[in-house]
Amino acid sequence: MIKFLKRFYLVIVLLFLYLPIAVLIIQSFNAGVSRAKWEGFSLKWYQELLQSPTIMEALYVTFTIAIIASIASTILGTLAAIGIHAMSRRPQAAMMTMTNIPMTMPDIVTGISLMLLFIFTRVERGYFTMLLAHITFDTPYVILSVLPKLREMNRHSYEAALDLGATPGYALRRVILPSVRPGIITGALLAFTLSLDDFTISYFTTSPLVQNLSTLIYSETRKGVKPTMNALSALMFVALLILLLAVNYRSTKTSEAK
Amino acid sequence: MKKALALLLSLMLLMIALPVALAEEVVNVYNWEDYISEEALEMFSEETGIAVNYMRFTTNEDMLVQLRTSTGAFDVVFPSDYVIERLIAEDLLAPINFDNVPNSVNTVDWLSNPAYDPDSLYSVPYMWGTVGILYDTTRVNSPIDSWGALFSGEYKGEVFMLDSIRDTMGLALKYLGYSMNTRDPAALREATDLLIKQKQDGVVKAYQVDETKDKMVASEAILAVAWSGDAQYAINLNENLSYVVPKEGSNVWVDAMVIPVTAKNKENAEKFINFMSRPDIAQLNCEYIEYSSPNQAAIELMGEEYQTNPNLNPPQEIIDNCEFFNDINDFLTIYNTLWAQVKNAK
Amino acid sequence: MSSLNMPQWGVWLFALGLGGAIIFLGMSIRRHHGVHRSLFSWPYSLWIAVFTVVPLFLVAFYAFTDKAGQLTLENFANFWDSNREMKQQLIAMGYDPIVMGMGERGTVNVDTLVYSLWMALMCTGICFVIGYPAALFISEREFKLGPTLIVLFIIPMWMNFLLRTVAWMTLLEDNGLINTLLQRMGLGRVRLMYNSQAVLLGMVYNYLPFMVFPVYNALSRQDYKLSEAAMDLGADKWRTFSRVTFPLSLPGIVSGITMVFMPSVTTFFIPRALGGGNTEMFGDLIERTFLTADNWNVGSALSLIMMLLILLSMGLLRKVDPEGEGGSLL
Repeated sequence: MIKFLKRFYLVIVLLFLYLPIAVLIIQSFNAGVSRAKWEGFSLKWYQELLQSPTIMEALYVTFTIAIIASIASTILGTLAAIGIHAMSRRPQAAMMTMTNIPMTMPDIVTGISLMLLFIFTRVERGYFTMLLAHITFDTPYVILSVLPKLREMNRHSYEAALDLGATPGYALRRVILPSVRPGIITGALLAFTLSLDDFTISYFTTSPLVQNLSTLIYSETRKGVKPTMNALSALMFVALLILLLAVNYRSTKTSEAK
Repeated sequence: MKKALALLLSLMLLMIALPVALAEEVVNVYNWEDYISEEALEMFSEETGIAVNYMRFTTNEDMLVQLRTSTGAFDVVFPSDYVIERLIAEDLLAPINFDNVPNSVNTVDWLSNPAYDPDSLYSVPYMWGTVGILYDTTRVNSPIDSWGALFSGEYKGEVFMLDSIRDTMGLALKYLGYSMNTRDPAALREATDLLIKQKQDGVVKAYQVDETKDKMVASEAILAVAWSGDAQYAINLNENLSYVVPKEGSNVWVDAMVIPVTAKNKENAEKFINFMSRPDIAQLNCEYIEYSSPNQAAIELMGEEYQTNPNLNPPQEIIDNCEFFNDINDFLTIYNTLWAQVKNAK
Repeated sequence: MSSLNMPQWGVWLFALGLGGAIIFLGMSIRRHHGVHRSLFSWPYSLWIAVFTVVPLFLVAFYAFTDKAGQLTLENFANFWDSNREMKQQLIAMGYDPIVMGMGERGTVNVDTLVYSLWMALMCTGICFVIGYPAALFISEREFKLGPTLIVLFIIPMWMNFLLRTVAWMTLLEDNGLINTLLQRMGLGRVRLMYNSQAVLLGMVYNYLPFMVFPVYNALSRQDYKLSEAAMDLGADKWRTFSRVTFPLSLPGIVSGITMVFMPSVTTFFIPRALGGGNTEMFGDLIERTFLTADNWNVGSALSLIMMLLILLSMGLLRKVDPEGEGGSLL
């Protein structure tokens, strides 16, 4: 009985979480524009989606920025994590504080402070500034994913490699990187999803000309979101779901192989 | 590994370079949300070979901030009358070379030398309209003809107000018998108190801007303050709706095309303005967004149905009863402060 | 815009920040006599200097100066009294605000801050009440589906946050799905939207996974033998939970609270979408001050106050959870 109640509770909470998403996906197949009325099944919003240059451009901006920002922040963050790990106590604490600040700062303050920077330095806001902003907020998450793995690693294996004649670069590639790889992958994925979903920081660091999906949706929310947006998010949702399942499948496979 | 990395790097570079490589002859247009026919934009690019970077804003105030902070990002902007007045005063607009805009002769007489741009040096009118009340005829108790319906408490919790400072303060001033451009702080105080009381009485359902029209189509409220074109759009989709310019008078406004001094493609901007003033294009836009056209030739093209629509072409006495907004730059702090009081009243 | 013209000394300070970072680097190179591994972090240090430290300095700069770039505390006075600038303007125009009944202190900013904190607290509390049992049930050892279920809690966050909020609008509107359903059942309509309860619902919906996840992490990492030992020693279920399981999950709770509370204080967009713009939260206030009222100095002061508040509450939470379990999402 108690067991049933527990399950029931979880089902209710999950229902709460998935209700709006289900609504969104169902709406994307609605033939009419109205949000509340069902006017028959149709794929026309999916068709319209593919023909909308505005949405396609926003999609391009969103994905290229997410890809470039996650790659850049993974490189930057992994190097930083290795460096921070090797630091003595005090600089390490200082670096960690610096890393934590952007993470705890409200998005809106991060966005505004970066906007002030770009305006002050007379850098025209747009694609490039949005990219810089994304790298900035992604990197701390990479560091925090990689650091625990570094802590788990044997402290002396790097020194041992050096003693055995490896160059620092070789030791880095052959000793450190392989053992922190799971952390790097987690960090990269986290960075990717974060920048895919970001709205607030993008909103302040871009000009009205360069829109990513979030800022585009934001301007659409003012006049009523078109069902094409629902179609798009339904597609992205399914794509991410498949990605996740694939990653999960692979990781169970590799753990079985071990 | 190295090859993969090199491939990745070149891919990255390509991605960054691509938007740049696509750059050709462009014009950067900054217009209101949902305020142009996409078809007109495509036709412009097709005929002139100039690509349009089309950007949108929601309120004049938001647009001003962007205009000042993203210098050089815009070639054609569509501000309202009183904002144009301020932009001219601040030397932020470039005079238009009217040799490149021959179609500007189509502008109706009463807007050819408007108060906000007395010598018509900087702007070409794009659309005009009024502010009024859009209401659900099946749910009102009596015909609506006064701003008072918004304040009486008769339609408690069923009123959408505009989340736009000048419009909302302006209608409260009008209801109280003041000018919308009053420079009397006591009148502004009175208007603010009226709006605060309206909110505290639970009359207001929401403060919003562009959401109103679709929500009214879905019968989300009984009364809504709306711009004439949005009202017409909603009426076309829901025959129970009707629009009225209250008897106390209201605001008549013009949105015009201007070129900022910082524009990088001034000639393209002039081509764009000229194209949008061409009668058939003005007609296309007007029929798409359903506001009133200031283009005489387009009005003639659109025929009787448009010309006799009282929402879009109100009789002269209604227009005469309405006011244009003047720029009241020195009252900006006062307006912003009072408006914040309204928005935060509980 | 006048606030763009930073005076000379501002530029110098800006350069100083950059220079400081470089000197710090140089010193650490010297200390370690050549290439040490800690140098791998220098690109990041430089990045942080340019994109975190300098921008924060700029916010502070605007917060402590007026439009002419003169050092001042006025912006904080304007925060305390939101009518202050208006009163000054009136006096400058020759009116007496007190005679006009406009002399009182404006409480808009302070009220908004208090309201935001209150909403954030409520949101955190509700997330905890809903989220903790959920995390507890999922983490139970005999529950084989647990690891899969926790993923189900994260997936909704992939849907764009704005769209999820708009979807709630569809559900809650007067003619929305829920009301249509209620009407079909003959129950009549209920006003579900355009009030702060709807805003709260939107916030809880958006931040609930941030509570469930860290708590689940803390619970599932616990050594189950501990609670078994407690049971073996005669503790009943409730005692085991209150004396063993719950205290051991505290770090997870703390990071959950952090991850819900921090972003919810500055929530913006949700009040406008679900609350009908009837109430403003601090995030909206900051946005409006910058982007509509065009008042960068006061806007920066607001941001700074926000940040100090967050850092303060972070510090408090740190005391409870010195290890800093937070941020272990995914």
